[in-house]
Amino acid sequence: MAGDMAGMTDTACAAGLEVLRTGPLTTVQDSGRIGHASLGIGRSGAADGVSYALANRLLANPPGAAALEVTLGGLAVRTRGAVTVAITGAPGPITVDGRGAAMHAAMNTVLHLPDGAQLRLGTPTRGLRAYVAVRGGIDVPPVLGSRSTDTLAGLGPDLPAPGDVLPVGAPPAEFPVLDHAPVPAVPGDEIDLRVAPGPRDDWFHPGALEALFGHAFEVTGRSDRVGARLAGPELRRAKHEELPSEGMVPGSLQIPPAGDPVLFLADHPVTGGYPVIAVVVAADLPRAAQARPGTRLRFRPWRAPGARPR
Amino acid sequence: MRVLSCADAGVLIEVADLDEVLALHGALSEDPPPGVAEVVPAARTVMVRLAEDGDAAAVAAAVRRLRPRAVRPDSVDEAEIEVDYSGADLADISAHTGISERDVVAAHTGAVWTVAFCGFAPGFGYLVGGDPRLDVPRRAEARTRVPAGAVALAGRFTGVYPRSSPGGWQLLGHTDAVIWDLERDPPGLLRPGMRLRFREA
Repeated sequence: MAGDMAGMTDTACAAGLEVLRTGPLTTVQDSGRIGHASLGIGRSGAADGVSYALANRLLANPPGAAALEVTLGGLAVRTRGAVTVAITGAPGPITVDGRGAAMHAAMNTVLHLPDGAQLRLGTPTRGLRAYVAVRGGIDVPPVLGSRSTDTLAGLGPDLPAPGDVLPVGAPPAEFPVLDHAPVPAVPGDEIDLRVAPGPRDDWFHPGALEALFGHAFEVTGRSDRVGARLAGPELRRAKHEELPSEGMVPGSLQIPPAGDPVLFLADHPVTGGYPVIAVVVAADLPRAAQARPGTRLRFRPWRAPGARPR
Repeated sequence: MRVLSCADAGVLIEVADLDEVLALHGALSEDPPPGVAEVVPAARTVMVRLAEDGDAAAVAAAVRRLRPRAVRPDSVDEAEIEVDYSGADLADISAHTGISERDVVAAHTGAVWTVAFCGFAPGFGYLVGGDPRLDVPRRAEARTRVPAGAVALAGRFTGVYPRSSPGGWQLLGHTDAVIWDLERDPPGLLRPGMRLRFREA
């Protein structure tokens, strides 16, 4: 393959993506902002870290290159210069047009786009979040070492808006080794998630864990990058005093006194004041981040390898 | 000390009081055991967030072996900030506490406050150690916009809003001190363990 030619097109001019439409929510995300939690700043970063990382791997980008996280489709961009992109995550229709007839393109594939091409993402058929990575990464200025927008803290790059031109960084030295990656299907209407009880399961009535494991919880429309708000059976509390604020991790299932449980995702608050009945294991969080409103979540008990029974 | 697990993502350590929180946070930040990504102090707990390859059981064991010493007063950062005590809720604070507005100001300036932890918004510090008479509830309804630099009270805490945001704390006054500045390293003026005095402008 003509690596030199690809190199020439890559570096021909400063490339960019001109935003035409963003859909319900498009943000720039990378692998997150680490090292500032004690100042009250969370990690943020791509909500589905597995799909995000795959998009960068397909393009031979270094891990942590910034990409676009597109919620429920609707993104349209026009290329400035020739760019190479990969789209992963929630599958949906992708069209590329420009000077000729519109063509459909595939997910999880390396796509070479000429200058002036229009790339459009339709509404996903399953899942919630797609990732559009570009070879060289989205090169907006980092904030505290990261190009992630933390929607709760209001930190990081501005939300892309129509008319913006997002700069694309210099292409990496490596070249893609695959054209296409086989991926497991993004989960559909029902998602199983493994959770470990705690750290505050003792604040709940003994029946609450039974209810957690025995029933499905539906993701409601009030869900965002902070968390998936869930509707389901009441998880009754045994202790009713106020919990002093304490640190939270992604995957925490926080239960406010009256209201929907919240499954914390990428932009969750660093500390919280409601008890956490259980935490989703880290490996299952990317699938949780693909749960669109109406999805049913089923929680399965998980115990750390080698842990003593509680 | 009670060690609670958060699946494979973290270890939550519950201690007796804020002094123990600060001592443990100091020990963990100075010499983090392998597998620790971040440490989040709070009112009575320290959350240890695990790195991707972190082993919760090993980190919990390492935390139990730690012997955190009390923070030495001479190693603590101190700062003083000037406050214009003309906040919108000063009269309400006086009514809640049963002391005059002048005495509220005297109590707030008379204490050495300690940053217990940060949260709510980037750079927002929860300060403790003030005069116990200054214990006031949050406002029944949060304001949609509290200006940057607002100095406020809630519960046994005081705090300074780093930037304009919604907020339910009782507004005591205003400072021109820059609490949050992305061009500064670190960007937040207030860091856990730091001591602060307020002076009337």
